[in-house]
Amino acid sequence: MNAITPASHLETAPKSGAEILLQALREQGVEVIFGYPGGAVLPIYDALYQQNDIRHILVRHEQAAVHAAEGYARSTGRVGVVLVTSGPGATNAVTGLVDALMDSIPIVCLTGQVPTHLIGNDAFQEADTTGITRPATKHNYLVKRSDALARTVHDAFYVARSGRPGPVLIDLPKDVLIAPAHYEPASIKPHRSYRPVTEPDPSAIAAAVRVLKRARKPIVYAGGGVINSGPQASRLLEEFVTLGDFPCTNTLMGLGAFPAADPRFLGMLGMHGTYEANMAMHGCDVMLNIGARFDDRVTGRLNAFSPGSVKIHADIDPSNINKNVAVDIKIVGDAGRILRALIDAWRADEAPQDRRELAAWWRRIEEWRALKSLRFTQEMSPDAVIKPQHAVQRLWEICRDSGRDTFVTTEVGQHQMWAAQHFRFEKPNRWLTSGGLGTMGYGLPAAMGVQIAHPDALVIDIAGEASILMNIQEMGTLAQYRLPVKIFILNNEYMGMVRQWQELLHGSRYAESYSAALPDFVRLAESFHATGLRATKLGELDEVISRMLAEPGPVIADICVDKGENVYPMIPSGAAHNEMILGPEHAGRTASITDEGMMLV
Amino acid sequence: MPDTTPALRDTTHRSATIAVIVDNESGVLARVIGLFSGRGYNIDSLTVAAVDDGGGLSRITIVTSGTQMVIDQIKAQLDRLIPVHRVADLTQQGPHVAREMALIKVLAQGENRVESLRIADAFRARVVDTTTASFVFELTGAMEKIDAFIELMRPIGLAEVSRTGIAAIARGTSTI
Repeated sequence: MNAITPASHLETAPKSGAEILLQALREQGVEVIFGYPGGAVLPIYDALYQQNDIRHILVRHEQAAVHAAEGYARSTGRVGVVLVTSGPGATNAVTGLVDALMDSIPIVCLTGQVPTHLIGNDAFQEADTTGITRPATKHNYLVKRSDALARTVHDAFYVARSGRPGPVLIDLPKDVLIAPAHYEPASIKPHRSYRPVTEPDPSAIAAAVRVLKRARKPIVYAGGGVINSGPQASRLLEEFVTLGDFPCTNTLMGLGAFPAADPRFLGMLGMHGTYEANMAMHGCDVMLNIGARFDDRVTGRLNAFSPGSVKIHADIDPSNINKNVAVDIKIVGDAGRILRALIDAWRADEAPQDRRELAAWWRRIEEWRALKSLRFTQEMSPDAVIKPQHAVQRLWEICRDSGRDTFVTTEVGQHQMWAAQHFRFEKPNRWLTSGGLGTMGYGLPAAMGVQIAHPDALVIDIAGEASILMNIQEMGTLAQYRLPVKIFILNNEYMGMVRQWQELLHGSRYAESYSAALPDFVRLAESFHATGLRATKLGELDEVISRMLAEPGPVIADICVDKGENVYPMIPSGAAHNEMILGPEHAGRTASITDEGMMLV
Repeated sequence: MPDTTPALRDTTHRSATIAVIVDNESGVLARVIGLFSGRGYNIDSLTVAAVDDGGGLSRITIVTSGTQMVIDQIKAQLDRLIPVHRVADLTQQGPHVAREMALIKVLAQGENRVESLRIADAFRARVVDTTTASFVFELTGAMEKIDAFIELMRPIGLAEVSRTGIAAIARGTSTI
């Protein structure tokens, strides 16, 4: 220890590293940790056992711990915390970390590590965790001394939540958790190197307003950055869109940032977005992208993306700007502050809008909207096969009518797209899906995290029968903590999105995409102390949904749906926004997909 | 309507010498190199060393190439790394000095021995080690100068090359 000890250190007696860690977590406002114990983290579990401030939720797999923390973070706006052991504990967490990185979710992941003197010796349950997770995290740390522990934890929370949020990992060798040191409170000094810009440049704001005021065919394209900025940003988005009478579309990550019931909402854009959203993106003369990143699922073929429009890109991460699409005006900052500044500048700018041109643009959009690109045909006899779109639509209607605060998570695949298309969100933080990484197995653990944060809310995982099996072990966690999560499986006995691409692009050769030897989901639910329900025909659907919602505990509802249904509309790989396939009647158009398009995922 | 950004639509490749000031901590070089390999950027040269007395900061000099859009992306991605303090594009910011040091071993006897010394003299290379059958030359200069020296030594008896990579700094009073 240093000969000179700062005064603040004198006030407290030395504590073990594990106790220092918990004190730092408490100072950071942590109430819940999602974790799984193991040899390297036993000192932390011992410290957790001796206190009551921080609650630990025991998951059944480390990947699920990270997804649960993501669900907690996304539904509350707080940092989610994960605790796993060394070696396999850490490697199992990697998928969740990359998921959080791609979707900009603030996570602090604590991993155990073998003691410092064994690092590099291939010790039992040793892995080079900081090496493995360097490209999987926003930042990571290996703590080598107990007296650096508190400072590192404070730094990690700052990095995780500041700027573009993301996952941060702290690797904790076992000796560091045991050795005594003095606690160090969080510093109020600015970070030595990481100080992201949050306040937008007024000249960029003025330039954007000038262009938007004169736009004849404007569009606002808002993404997850608006949600990450906090609920206030969503209110400001609504205010700004209303002010300019702009059409507004959301990315998959942005759903809920703008109320779905607002007539200015065009729905989701992109590969499975609405016709009106994509056509408006293609035909606009001014585009304001706020908090989105021109992802390939959104843009389609880049060289045909929204030709001729003036593009304004507002993002908190400067590296997102001019990455995929060259833009004309860049605004770096926090989405909420940018929207506040845009509203103020709009009001201060006295130039009138060309309302006649704008009305003509809206008439054009209404023509596109009249095509009802999300339409589907549900035969209405009680014995009819359930269409998956109808199942989601009824689920949404019944949830809405229940008046309960509803959160929806999803797995990945066709059901995810149908949920995005047919479940409608009026508020932010209510829709949680794995957008960037596309992680099957995300929905159930994410729903657990949401339910922990919102014990009285209705939390539904809209799932597929293939995805749900990827983290089905979390049914045990639901049972242990009596989490009343509702799992709504659209069961078509196929990895539906794989099957759809095989049908459209690979001559209907369904290689390995059939879900053979499925479990009986009703009995599976029962074996995990939950309720199992099943609907096999239309006449049973509403009853099953109502019973699912009425049930006080966790439920799996196995909804047996049409096995051949595909997700439409669709922009095929390598196509432009104005080359959408609207339904099976246009599926032949995929024949024109070039080899170049085939190479895209 | 504002000017569109023609520089970003320019598809010609250029070379860029980028200086990065980072915290001198373990893993920081791996972050930078991982960024380049993970995102498919070129590294033509990379050097790193501690640059302040306290040992708290290091300077990484990277020579890379790409379109203007890619080079801007590289700078933005570097700036996003948590331990990075500053990123400066020396090529874009104006005149700068870029130098590399090389140690070059030549095995030569007889007339070739004399010829190698003549070439070394013309390049202002120093002999830092010698035996009756070999020389080690030390040469400092621009990348191209070292390339040229190596090419001239090749037929004479070039045996081994060790190069440091580029260190670069802006000319004049400006600092990064």
